Amino acid sequence: MASKVLHAIFTDDDILLQAVKALREKKYSINEVFCPFPVHGLDKAMGLPGTRLAITSFLYGLVGLAVSTWMMNFIMIEDWPQNIGGKPSFSYLQNMPSFVPIMFEMTVFFAAHLMVITFYLRSKLWPFKKAENPDVRTTDDKFLMEISVNENNVQAIAEVLHENGASEIKLIHNKLIENELIEN
Amino acid sequence: MSHYESPIRRPLVTGDKSYNDVTLDVVRPVEGKANKSWWVVFSIALIAFLWGLGCIVYTVSEGIGTWGLNKTIGWAWDITNFVWWVGIGHAGTLISAVLLLFRQKWRMAINRSAEAMTIFSVIQAGLFPIIHMGRPWLAYWVLPIPNQFGSLWVNFNSPLLWDVFAISTYLSVSLVFWWTGLLPDFAMIRDRAVKPFQKHIYGILSFGWSGRAKDWQRFEEVSLVLAGLATPLVLSVHTIVSFDFATAVIPGWHTTIFPPYFVAGAVFSGFAMVNTLLIIMRKVSNLENYITIQHIELMNIVIMITGSIVGVAYITELFMAWYSGVEYEQYAFLNRATGPYWWAYLLMMTCNVVSPQFMWFPRLRRSIMFSFFISIVVNVGMWFERFVIIVTSLHRDYMPSAWTMFSPTFVEIGIFVGTIGFFFVLFLLYARTFPVIAQAEVKSILKTSGEKYKKIRAEKGDDAKLYLEPEQDPLPNFKEQFNSNSNS
Repeated sequence: MASKVLHAIFTDDDILLQAVKALREKKYSINEVFCPFPVHGLDKAMGLPGTRLAITSFLYGLVGLAVSTWMMNFIMIEDWPQNIGGKPSFSYLQNMPSFVPIMFEMTVFFAAHLMVITFYLRSKLWPFKKAENPDVRTTDDKFLMEISVNENNVQAIAEVLHENGASEIKLIHNKLIENELIEN
Repeated sequence: MSHYESPIRRPLVTGDKSYNDVTLDVVRPVEGKANKSWWVVFSIALIAFLWGLGCIVYTVSEGIGTWGLNKTIGWAWDITNFVWWVGIGHAGTLISAVLLLFRQKWRMAINRSAEAMTIFSVIQAGLFPIIHMGRPWLAYWVLPIPNQFGSLWVNFNSPLLWDVFAISTYLSVSLVFWWTGLLPDFAMIRDRAVKPFQKHIYGILSFGWSGRAKDWQRFEEVSLVLAGLATPLVLSVHTIVSFDFATAVIPGWHTTIFPPYFVAGAVFSGFAMVNTLLIIMRKVSNLENYITIQHIELMNIVIMITGSIVGVAYITELFMAWYSGVEYEQYAFLNRATGPYWWAYLLMMTCNVVSPQFMWFPRLRRSIMFSFFISIVVNVGMWFERFVIIVTSLHRDYMPSAWTMFSPTFVEIGIFVGTIGFFFVLFLLYARTFPVIAQAEVKSILKTSGEKYKKIRAEKGDDAKLYLEPEQDPLPNFKEQFNSNSNS
């Protein structure tokens, strides 16, 4: 794949957003932007599709609710029904009110943890994972945009970046992690 | 790209801070060396912790008879301390979750430390029931696993078991919420680190965070959903803690007002503890520009409101005891206020209901010394609230022959002091190694709420440019570079 990219550094989020919009207007696609903090509207400006993590969380919550219901039905009703205070022990529904706290807690437990695990896996975050931001300043106060270029458009893209306030522009040859970045 | 915020709102970040300044200010305590006072406080906390550890070992090896408990007051100080610590553990998630849902930007300067406080205090809380079991190595018996006696299970009708689930869910979800927010800030420290060892450690801690646009999009969504999940969770935890009492038949305990009353009390004591810690931390770590007087004032207002809710609950309890017509109930409350433990009741009322009312005065709630003083008073008062609820409700049993008083032994005092020490050991270590302010989030509100940018807008109008024009070098010929095959 395209093994040459431009790295443009921006010093401010407003300048970055302008540049992203200018590039998108000219139909150039942006590989990646590395930011030190969440820039509002950047994902829309880059044309990133929305994330579906909230939906997964809802589904995980349903799983948690189902697991807790199954668990307590098995433990309290089927496997070892106990006579506690003379309350009926042969029907889940009639016993359900005192199971509500745990049904709630397990719903939250599943929804929260499984969503976060999904997030970590999708964004490739885990201990001992090597960081992939190309410039260490991007966690401080600089913004780095990466764009794949070919022989014919490299100068044109560089000009757009330059006009829109990129403070540094660099051509990166044969970037090794390039393919991995594009797949993402 | 409008960063407009009404000029009537006071800035949340004072001083002319740029993005880079935020980085430098947050990283300074981590990169710098600890000063003498840190070591002094840390040593005291460590000694207290070790003393407490000794008392725990003594308790476990000798049995809980080493405490001052008796057959009437079987819960000793232990559950008082448990409820006190769990209550303190409520502010962190309240600040980071509830205030996130309400889009309160002032939470960003304090949420990291408040959540750290939450996690550390829930750890303290969790110790107490485990010690109270007498045989802590069998603590796993509270889990729903088949045991060696056959398939006898835990009892899911018991509020004590609900507590196990509520507190472990709360602790683990808070931890994950906190850590996810920490990733970009650990990454910032990692990328600044010069020593290989530190770079490696913060590299592990940051989970390889790179700050891609997609990561940030997911990060924000995850934070929002976690906030939505943590909000009912935080309310459920102290609700369930209150069920430990409310579902009992002891007069003074079995009241339906307990859940909201406990939750308000938890928020009250949690915010007081946040104030105690942050008033010290902003000074020691030079963070006065981020944790401003306004932050302290807003927390004081929360303390005032929740303190008043707690006051209403106390009075409602008294009224309902009389109105119920149940003589046991009436006696329980009469005895609480005028019996041998009247002094504890008076302390509770003064500290929790009267003292927050001073916060109606703007001069007082903007005074740092006074806020600090009140935060300590509230913490003391909330400890006595739990003492009053537990000990005075129990000490006059149904049979007068069982009536008794309670006094703690050095062992349980030692354990309580030890948990305070443990808490401060954890918090002081945190303050030296963690980014104590969610710097990425603060940067994202800097242009709307930072003093520097508010000034620019005030001078040059709301559409003023909030950045300096970048310095640019002339554009090289990239086409030529493209065809030469060497990295420039």
